[in-house]
Amino acid sequence: MSSLAKWCGGAVVAGLIAAGAAGAGPAESPKPAVTEKSLPKLGLGREALPEEIAAWDTDVRPDGKGLPPGRGTVKQGDEIFQQRCAACHGEFGQGAGRWPALAGGQGTMRADRPDKTIGSFWPDLSTAFDYIKRAMPYGNARSLTDDETYALVAFLLNLNDIVKDDNFELNDKNFTSIKLPNASGFFEDDRELAEKKFWGKEPCMKNCREAPKVTSRANELNVTPDGKSGPKVD
Amino acid sequence: MRSKAVLSDPATPDSPMGRRSFLGLGAVLTGSLALGGKPAIANPAQESPPADAPWSQSIGAGVVDRPYGRPADTEASVIRRNVPWLTASAESSVSFSPLQDLHGIITPNGLFFERHHAGRPDVDPAQHKLMIHGLVERPLLLTMKDIMRFPSVSRIHFIECPANGGMNWRAAQMNSLQFSHGMVSCAEWTGVRLSTLLEETGIKKQAKWAMVEGADGAHMNRSLPLDKCLDDCLVVYAQNGEALRPEQGYPLRLVVPGWEGNVNIKWLRRIKLGEKPWHSREETSKYTDLMPDGTSRGFTWLIDAKSVVTFPCPEKPLDGPGLYEIRGLAWTGNGRVKRVDVSVDGGVNWQTARLHEPVLSKALTRFSLPWRWDGRPALVASRVIDETGYVQPTIAQLRAQRGSNSVYHNNSIQTWQVKPDGSVFNVQLA
Repeated sequence: MSSLAKWCGGAVVAGLIAAGAAGAGPAESPKPAVTEKSLPKLGLGREALPEEIAAWDTDVRPDGKGLPPGRGTVKQGDEIFQQRCAACHGEFGQGAGRWPALAGGQGTMRADRPDKTIGSFWPDLSTAFDYIKRAMPYGNARSLTDDETYALVAFLLNLNDIVKDDNFELNDKNFTSIKLPNASGFFEDDRELAEKKFWGKEPCMKNCREAPKVTSRANELNVTPDGKSGPKVD
Repeated sequence: MRSKAVLSDPATPDSPMGRRSFLGLGAVLTGSLALGGKPAIANPAQESPPADAPWSQSIGAGVVDRPYGRPADTEASVIRRNVPWLTASAESSVSFSPLQDLHGIITPNGLFFERHHAGRPDVDPAQHKLMIHGLVERPLLLTMKDIMRFPSVSRIHFIECPANGGMNWRAAQMNSLQFSHGMVSCAEWTGVRLSTLLEETGIKKQAKWAMVEGADGAHMNRSLPLDKCLDDCLVVYAQNGEALRPEQGYPLRLVVPGWEGNVNIKWLRRIKLGEKPWHSREETSKYTDLMPDGTSRGFTWLIDAKSVVTFPCPEKPLDGPGLYEIRGLAWTGNGRVKRVDVSVDGGVNWQTARLHEPVLSKALTRFSLPWRWDGRPALVASRVIDETGYVQPTIAQLRAQRGSNSVYHNNSIQTWQVKPDGSVFNVQLA
């Protein structure tokens, strides 16, 4: 199961899961005798115009589909990052205060406290472009040009030691040639197989175990906010 | 009159049904047939009431004194709360529903848990549009007025954040029902089946996946298999009879029954059909589950069966020995709850609880079991079984499978420790 192919070609397993869930018990609601598909189209709404679609259609897939034409270098990205990103993410992407770290942590996925960053954890470079263009900077989303986004992604590759050359230019042509270190680190949900033991057995009702021992108590950590001191109700 | 009503209540031990269940309960839960305590009788004070209170002698506020009603002033502590240390900002954060104070299966709209990634936007419904495009015959742009003309449906479903209970993966951390389980809520949703909207655009044969996206500053986007979209997903504009609350996606959100809260995109503005998933940030960096070998599960959409005792709980201690009703909630993304068992000795012995109607698919389900507490220490827990035969696991079973770093999908059995003074604590057992 733990192969990149399975993760990318997820439709098969997804279909299985959906079919399994639907076939496991009574259907949630009976299908209408006349399906909506057999009815004439309702004719509601209007056709979305190509320019309207283009304005919102910024998503990018791992295979590069959706990448706009453009380019940016590590150096350019460094400059933009220090102006628009470093206040939260730190000069080197290490994260300021509680804000997310974007670099570092490679090889820590089996550690007691893994450090999940773009370099150590993310599988696809496309996600960085898509997410930055869509949602960053936090509080001023969708304010970056395509070239600025390419430059920032190039700089993030540099911060994560995936690209060493300061003069490296990332563009829509060479984008998909770059693989992230954890590209093969994901696999499709396998709970139905790997955790099969949680299904089907009639659970024990009497004298099921020895008297339990309490091993951890939340009140000893003392990190629970005082429930009585919630925000004021107006 | 009042005392008679109490005595004839079928839940008291004096009715035949009640006595049977109490005898059974005494044997199983306390290991003794001797009931010990006195039968429940009305408080003598109720038989000779005190003098009339002021509200019995005067005129109250008139109608439309509160054009939009609100709870009694004495319920002021029944509110959503957050954990300030949990996140870097309140705008990309979560608030928890006060399950300890709620009854039934419907969460009041003002208490439904919140999870935003860029705050709660104020969306103008007159300007809001839903775009459906990609592998469709005819890309569509729909206004709210258009959407409300489509054939409508209403369904009751829970939404649970997959991080609900995530703080308890390593150890019992939150000494509170609200903070350990409050990222689940349940509502009646009204809107349009997603399949109705997609069929209006005409789905191209190659389409296998849908990307759904919000209109807020996070523009959260997730990939969903088309099968699920056409099965039971809803595009809703109403919640428990009124327009969605702004924090729940006003004017339009997606409801994906039984699947992790994150895919229930709020302020829904765009649906794009494609032949492959997008691997967006919320399905790679987040909402993937790290396993002990360093690889991660992706697309763990389904919420497995889960239950929790909502009384007693840390916020609602016991008031001395005697009769109580252990109460709780159970739910499963697989469909219906089939059974809930309750233990008061940390899982040595179990007794099957009563399920309260309605028991709906992918909705919260109530359960209860009468309990005569003898004042001794107890370990109270519940265990749900759903209609697929899935049995809610212990935290030890889950950790053996997944380690402690998978962040999401902690659906383990919750144990509350009851101390002789009646106080209640979140604990984990070995």
